[in-house]
Amino acid sequence: MMASCQKEIVRLMHNYLDGELISGEQRKLKVHLQKCENCRQHFFELKKTIALVQSMSQVRAPEGFTEKVLFSLPKEARMSSIQRWIRKHPFFMAASLFIVLTTGGFLSSWQQETDHFAFTKHENLHVENDTVVVPAGERVKGDIVVRNGDIRIEGEVEGDVTVINGEKYMASAGNVTGDIEEIDEAFGWLWYKLKKTVAGVFD
Amino acid sequence: MMELIIQRRIKQVLKGDQNAFGEIVEIYKDKVYQICFRMLWDRHEAEDAAQEAFIKAFVNIHTYDPEKKFATWLYRIATNLCIDRIRKKKPDYHLDAEISGTEGLNMYSQIASAEELPEEAVENSELQEIIQSAIFKLPEKYRSVIILKYLEELQLQEIADILELPLGTVKTRVHRGREALRKYLRNM
Repeated sequence: MMASCQKEIVRLMHNYLDGELISGEQRKLKVHLQKCENCRQHFFELKKTIALVQSMSQVRAPEGFTEKVLFSLPKEARMSSIQRWIRKHPFFMAASLFIVLTTGGFLSSWQQETDHFAFTKHENLHVENDTVVVPAGERVKGDIVVRNGDIRIEGEVEGDVTVINGEKYMASAGNVTGDIEEIDEAFGWLWYKLKKTVAGVFD
Repeated sequence: MMELIIQRRIKQVLKGDQNAFGEIVEIYKDKVYQICFRMLWDRHEAEDAAQEAFIKAFVNIHTYDPEKKFATWLYRIATNLCIDRIRKKKPDYHLDAEISGTEGLNMYSQIASAEELPEEAVENSELQEIIQSAIFKLPEKYRSVIILKYLEELQLQEIADILELPLGTVKTRVHRGREALRKYLRNM
């Protein structure tokens, strides 16, 4: 077998494997393979390789994949869903805002509460600088609110997690049984307060 | 039919309906995860990359052209992310790795990955390992076309659309990828 014939034949083999041989070429390949042991071996190996690759089992996305994606969607999107809700209910929003503002506490408590890093105390929480850490293997029972700081969840939280003016980081193994909320700046904070107030009214 | 459902869901997502996006994720998660896993050969990294792909798709959904196949657009995002990760070749490219002080976290993640045995057991036969390692040895430009052609079973033209390459280039890469794999696997 000549090296030059080999090159042309190998090209034909690949075109054959891609289903792109015209009939003349197909005959040429067939005739060559009948007389050339090396090319026959080469062709056989290619077909075997493809069969091996195709024999690989299909892998499936891990458990909870979709939930994790939805949790990780950017918070602007979550904010805009709040805004959409308000557009649909402008009267309620205006009325509530009026009540909250006129009952007075809002502005002064906003200033007080925006100043410093604070979080709900739990025995097994760690703190690194302004980051609250739920350590791996630990289980925190109850809700956690972090203000002006971040939270990193490596273990489990049995309750809701709320982060005000901060970020939430979930480790792959981290788990929160309740709702996770990130609130930014005055608007979101106001919304959060409002929701709590409304929830309080109905409780 | 499938495309019709997808197009309807995309319209809902554009209106801000995140649950509709959840349905899109459900439909494509296995395919996208498979591309990432075969490209990166690491469960955690593949999961991160696949998650990132969907998040990126969500954020950029307004740039998707409904005249074209959604899967093509989505697979392009996924393969590009994997190729980026391969090129960066950082020791860890977890999403979680952006957090400061990650040593403990990464160790933890590795422990977690060792625990995922039941799912892995199916796949851990020696032969599968050998084939996967052969695919993994391919340079990424051959690896991506081989995965898309033989594991996702896509047509060459669709692969060309995903990778935004001329059809001829894809054919050449498939040929070379097959030749390289043949050398790794001929003695099996």
